[in-house]
Amino acid sequence: MESASIAEHIPRLRRYARALSGDSHRADDLVQDTLERALAKFHLWRRGSDLRAWLFTIMHNVFINQLKARRELALDDAVADGLQSAPQSDPFELRDLDAALRQLPPEQREVLLLVGLEQLSYAEVSKALGIPVGTVMSRLSRGRERLRAVVSGSANVTSLKAVK
Amino acid sequence: MSNLSETDLHAYADGQLDDARRVQVEAHLAHDAAATESVRVWRAQNEALRAFYNPVLNEPVPQRLLAARPSWGRWPYYALAAGVMAMSFGLGWVTHSYRSDRSAEAAALPRRAAVAYAVYAPEVRHPVEVGADQQDHLVKWLSKRLGNELKVPVLTQQGFDLVGGRLLPGGKGPGAQLMYQDNKGQRITLYISLRDAEPRDTAFRFSQEDKVAVFYWIDGKLGYALSGEMDRASLLAVASVVYRQLNP
Repeated sequence: MESASIAEHIPRLRRYARALSGDSHRADDLVQDTLERALAKFHLWRRGSDLRAWLFTIMHNVFINQLKARRELALDDAVADGLQSAPQSDPFELRDLDAALRQLPPEQREVLLLVGLEQLSYAEVSKALGIPVGTVMSRLSRGRERLRAVVSGSANVTSLKAVK
Repeated sequence: MSNLSETDLHAYADGQLDDARRVQVEAHLAHDAAATESVRVWRAQNEALRAFYNPVLNEPVPQRLLAARPSWGRWPYYALAAGVMAMSFGLGWVTHSYRSDRSAEAAALPRRAAVAYAVYAPEVRHPVEVGADQQDHLVKWLSKRLGNELKVPVLTQQGFDLVGGRLLPGGKGPGAQLMYQDNKGQRITLYISLRDAEPRDTAFRFSQEDKVAVFYWIDGKLGYALSGEMDRASLLAVASVVYRQLNP
């Protein structure tokens, strides 16, 4: 039964949700809402297509709705970059990674995690989030620079220029 | 190299380049310290993310998440929400809610299907008019009466064999009922009728009509409703298969 194959993805959905939300209870709420929506919409899933990518798409939609409900969703990546609070200047340790991720706008955090943590291809991320690959790349670039700046304690976030 | 972009550097750091491109990027990095440092940082970020969050993979999955699996044959109470409330308030409440916030057809289809199920599923001697042994005739006959080519889903993998079918009144014209039975004698029916009007939406919906669970949807000119006296999750599993067979 296909629901069993959905269940196989639960650990990875939980890992991604944990990194995305930073709170284990909130993360499991996100996973639970995702699973329920997936089961209700399972007839829409095309057999043979990537089930994991489909589940990430559903989780993205649930996540965005939750952010909208909490009014945390930034209207624009650039504006969001400017609105973030000043990063702490402590030396970086692994345990600070979670706090550092909170400093990223959700849109950048999603892309950074799908690429870096879940190791999806850029095309898969584009499909899962319903955004062009160019947008994936610009969010990835900003997200990585933002994370680097937060971690190194630099308030000055400058985007790496294309090497021409 | 002339056209190396930041995208190439990211793709290099993430191992998403083909061999030829990777060699080109490596050649470029040999004399670009800043780009090399960026790649190093990004890879370190990826590794840190995995090191930090991978332990989640080994945590036991909370019961509440496993309970959302229909293969357990149980649907958690929170997923049922509306269904459970409808049952506890009784059928009158259901009918009322349909009238207030859904089209009349949306209410009528599962109701008609559930009534047809309740009338014929317990029937011992004459559950169907035409048996599965005359399936070709059954399909031709019902297709002709409904004015649409009917497909008969095959549910043997789900444990249900076709018993046969019958002609029934639909909302505005004829309807058809296909009956299936498993080896324990449990029956489910697929009710098909012409839709009455332009549907407001064609979504896959659930309705609990007394003891009868119904999943229903509109597809083109036809409305479909799968009914059974079973829990929602088990019926959903079958309904998903029916839907996919009708919409390959």
